[in-house]
Amino acid sequence: MDPYTAGTERPAFDAEALRSRIPGWGADSDPADRPSVPRERFDPAATGAHWDVPVPQRGNGERERSIEHTQLPPVYGTALPLRGLSGAIRRSAYARYSEARAAHWLLLMAGDRVEAASVRLRRITGALAPMMRGRRSQAPHGERGGEGAAHPGHGERMRQGVPREQPGT
Amino acid sequence: MKAMVYRSPYHIAVEQKAMPVIEHPNDAIVRVTLASICGSDLHLYHGMMPDTRSGTTFGHEFIGVVEQLGPSVQSLSPGDRVMVPFNVYCGSCYFCARGLYSNCHNVNPNATAIGGIYGYSHSCGGYEGGQAEYVRVPFADVGPMRIPEWLDDEDAVLLTDALPTGYFGAQLGDIVEGDTVVVLGAGPVGLFAARSAWLMGAGRVIVVDRLEYRLQKARDFALAETINFETVDDLVLELKHTTDGLGADVVIEAVGAEADGNRTQHFTATKLKLQGGSPIALNWAIDGVRKGGTVAVLGAYGPIFSAVKFGDAMNKGLTLRMNQCPVKRQWPRLLEHLRNGYFKPSDIVTHRVPLEEIGDAYEVFSRKQDGCIKTLVTLDAA
Repeated sequence: MDPYTAGTERPAFDAEALRSRIPGWGADSDPADRPSVPRERFDPAATGAHWDVPVPQRGNGERERSIEHTQLPPVYGTALPLRGLSGAIRRSAYARYSEARAAHWLLLMAGDRVEAASVRLRRITGALAPMMRGRRSQAPHGERGGEGAAHPGHGERMRQGVPREQPGT
Repeated sequence: MKAMVYRSPYHIAVEQKAMPVIEHPNDAIVRVTLASICGSDLHLYHGMMPDTRSGTTFGHEFIGVVEQLGPSVQSLSPGDRVMVPFNVYCGSCYFCARGLYSNCHNVNPNATAIGGIYGYSHSCGGYEGGQAEYVRVPFADVGPMRIPEWLDDEDAVLLTDALPTGYFGAQLGDIVEGDTVVVLGAGPVGLFAARSAWLMGAGRVIVVDRLEYRLQKARDFALAETINFETVDDLVLELKHTTDGLGADVVIEAVGAEADGNRTQHFTATKLKLQGGSPIALNWAIDGVRKGGTVAVLGAYGPIFSAVKFGDAMNKGLTLRMNQCPVKRQWPRLLEHLRNGYFKPSDIVTHRVPLEEIGDAYEVFSRKQDGCIKTLVTLDAA
């Protein structure tokens, strides 16, 4: 078919040839009988939830949230609370700007960059300090301290020149 | 416990972290037995997703064994072998009640526009991911499912995201028998989308990528025609030529934020971070589909603006459909298809590494080295 003539309602195709060549061809060919059709299907009983509203998870409720939320959702991740300069930048993004504002996301990206710069600075100072003391380089320090017993990735090993089996030697 | 830990862009490590704990009565703690690295994890690894905090653990594709349960969990028992959808969702909010599990309103304080996803930054709720020995799984009565005895672990882990997402994308395309379907991207999701397009009755399936080894997999696994966009002068023109000037009935975009094919777009998005993602594939989809056709978007993009050719989409009368996949809606039918032996998902797996080598694995995947398509991460905390 070409775009300059009416053509036929559907293009010609050889269903039997496709079925014999491709296992399962056409198994879901009925558009009305597909798992995500219709897109919205009101069926609260289908999810396995046995509550109308989930009880809140434990915690003191002090959690940054989008100002588009009218309340703190009952469940959330608790990893890595906001802290330091990057945390202050991120907190301002959540406190002042809706998700519709570019400033919201650009501030979050700025927080990421500040934190990444801090991590890199710590790695550099961590690598330089022992050398300045005339010793061989140690394994890299984690940014938050205490997590430093790393198994660094390939690039890290190459840069540090430390075999994986001998961190800290 | 041992866990993959993100420190800064392109810098991850394996470190000791505190064990997760029950924080809500319907939580489970799952001992992860197999995880995988998703193409969208690379967006985090490259620092493209806002509020990706140093110290976080990635991983939204994982299976494991139930280790501990909160007091209100009714449907699981310790020791159960479970697969966990990448969506964290409550099952009871306005959106979950309508089947939009990926758009749950009760699990992500950080954004209303995004649902909850394991290990996918604080923009997706700040949950720790499954590239770790143990992980907290909220709403254990809603998301996880016992893995059928007959299902291999490697197939099961691909059911937590990549396979249902590809299958969902083919549904978003509203494919009818005989349609010509173009899939942009021959990564795991694109391969599964192409294979699923046949299930919907497609008459032709054409997969586009720039990596020859992936196109070979598209021919072998997805049984599709292929186009290497680096070998043609103008991909859209090529698509028009191969469809008698009409364009494809359906284009499925399975590339996302780091698309190649236009240096300006790629550089401003991935290096300067001035766009939410490089919209090259999205624009090819808009220009390559026929007038009145459908574009299904599966690729992940950041939340800021991207330079999308919206005027073309309007003038062509396109239907643009997209969402994060509501995984558990897809499982019953997909399990039926797998049981029927229509295809074997793990045929796309190219790499298997222990958690300790995950740093190497990210680098290999990111650089598209060693024929990498899908990497599984094995864990042995038992």
